[in-house]
Amino acid sequence: MEKTWNNKAWFLVLPVLVLVAFTAVIPLMTVVNYSVQDTFGNNVFTWAGTEWFEDLLSSSRFWEAMVRNLIFSFIILAIEVPLGIFIALNMPKKGWGVPVCLVLMSLPLLIPWNVVGTIWQVFGRSDIGLMGYYLNAIGIDYNYVQDPFDAWVTIIIMDVWHWTSLVVLLCYAGLVSIPDAFYQAAKIDGASRWAVFRYIQLPKMQRVLLIAVLLRFMDSFMIYTEPFVVTGGGPGNSTTFLSIDLVKTALGQFDLGPAAAMSLVYFLIILLLSWVFYTVMTNYDAER
Amino acid sequence: MARIDVNHVRHSYLPNPRTDADFALREVHHIFEDGGAYALLGPSGCGKTTLLNIISGLLHPSHGQLLFNGKDVTTLSTQERNIAQVFQFPVIYDTMTVYDNLAFPLRNRGVPEPDVDRKVRETLDMIDLASWAKKKARGLTADQKQKISLGRGLVRSDVNAILFDEPLTVIDPHMKWVLRSQLKQLHRRFGYTMVYVTHDQTEALTFADQVVVMYDGGIVQIGTPAELFERPRHTFVGYFIGSPGMNVVPVAIEGRTATLGSERIELPGVPKAGSGAVELGIRPEYVRLGRDGMAVSITKVEDVGRHKVVRAKLEGRDIAAVIGEDETVPAEPKVRFDPAGINIYADSWRVEMGA
Repeated sequence: MEKTWNNKAWFLVLPVLVLVAFTAVIPLMTVVNYSVQDTFGNNVFTWAGTEWFEDLLSSSRFWEAMVRNLIFSFIILAIEVPLGIFIALNMPKKGWGVPVCLVLMSLPLLIPWNVVGTIWQVFGRSDIGLMGYYLNAIGIDYNYVQDPFDAWVTIIIMDVWHWTSLVVLLCYAGLVSIPDAFYQAAKIDGASRWAVFRYIQLPKMQRVLLIAVLLRFMDSFMIYTEPFVVTGGGPGNSTTFLSIDLVKTALGQFDLGPAAAMSLVYFLIILLLSWVFYTVMTNYDAER
Repeated sequence: MARIDVNHVRHSYLPNPRTDADFALREVHHIFEDGGAYALLGPSGCGKTTLLNIISGLLHPSHGQLLFNGKDVTTLSTQERNIAQVFQFPVIYDTMTVYDNLAFPLRNRGVPEPDVDRKVRETLDMIDLASWAKKKARGLTADQKQKISLGRGLVRSDVNAILFDEPLTVIDPHMKWVLRSQLKQLHRRFGYTMVYVTHDQTEALTFADQVVVMYDGGIVQIGTPAELFERPRHTFVGYFIGSPGMNVVPVAIEGRTATLGSERIELPGVPKAGSGAVELGIRPEYVRLGRDGMAVSITKVEDVGRHKVVRAKLEGRDIAAVIGEDETVPAEPKVRFDPAGINIYADSWRVEMGA
């Protein structure tokens, strides 16, 4: 058949292109625009070149927030992924327990982020909070408002409580797709419980785990609402993550130029790290 | 190797079975002799896989007892029974190499590595995958994957029995022949007790010394392929084995004579009394088409290559006859029943004939 060569197909994708332009490309370009200018009141802009980027990359405040953020992401991945796998492995595969467990697991995911923050903010208070009060009552000195370590513990527990379910549900989906014959064959082959996990369950979960790790990494690296509600970035700057720092700069001080530069750097970091994660995990996959 | 006694085993998947209909396996009482090659043959849902899983210990029967070499193993786990089983669809360990897949059952049992290597290499040669040993198992075709599953079943030489659950379903026809004859060879060489589940009669008849025909949760007949063909104990066996299946027509019996409508058929003997509806069964191979006998009207002639199948009506009943490839159908066709091939059934079960 003779092929027709023309550009009419562009008209078909035009609506999507326009939509993407308005929602993503134009805002992004606005940010790029801000990042190279200095702003004053009355919409007066002056060219600033790469000044904001240079400032940012040499600012210790930025690097500290970044390191904090990386540590935070690493800790919650190290907890949520194994814990999620463990819970998924122990969830019932059939019977009335399945819907019960699924609903229980979904509940934290259904709660709006600021509400999660408020819940834990109250829960941890040493005067009226259920957890805070009783921890102090049994002699543990716990105060997330003044002690940086307690603040970290609170935020990490909160994130684990909020997001482990996501890992659980993804892993569970991977697990229930394994046909019974695999478990039967493993019994015939005399495989131990560990071998069943290592050679049957883990390989089948690998793809969903990749998604879980990526999602949890990106989300935790961009975390804002919950720690902001609970600690407001404090005590001191001890829980000031990149996003909190960014909002403080942009909205607190109305420094649009530095904030825009920071947004771009932040965006590139997440893009880069996600790409690294994805490449490493898919390469590992292909190698095997 | 072991002799397997299945003692009055019944199994239901329901918690509180009451009637016979609740049982997937109504009652099986049979001895699988040490070193025998058995085929469990039957339609889907007849309970053959259930029986197999009970032998391997993947299922524990609701009632009854299982003995290996006289030792009660009813409550033992699959591992403790030391059984090999191959499933219908390939089960492979994706992340391992072909070699490691085959070594897996041995290593799990702590077999020393030199022995593992020897056994695995033997098995690899047997299933013709030696050149793939170092490759990851996940990239293989369905055929090759199933060969690995087979290989894992065959790699241990000390097993009590090897069970096959329709293992060649996903294999292409040519390879089926090759693998089946390899299994047969293995059986002759090592004398494994083998139980082979299938719904394909050719597979059952070529593989096994003894074919166990199952129907509706029970065993209806156990015999050599020839016995099943010549003397089906139940009309189901007659229908199920043979292509086309046995002709079964209702008759009235008087002494040595059976009456079918207006026709009278001489029997080879006097049938012992049986209760229920009386039927005469004769395989198409024993229906002689010619110029004398009972008048039939031909409805169809199917040429299947080596022979022809003639479909006809006799006294309003459909019957089939097999004739040679070169034979022709006469203008006024008539049939005779060869007495050697006549069986009489009362209430679907075969009755003996006296002199």
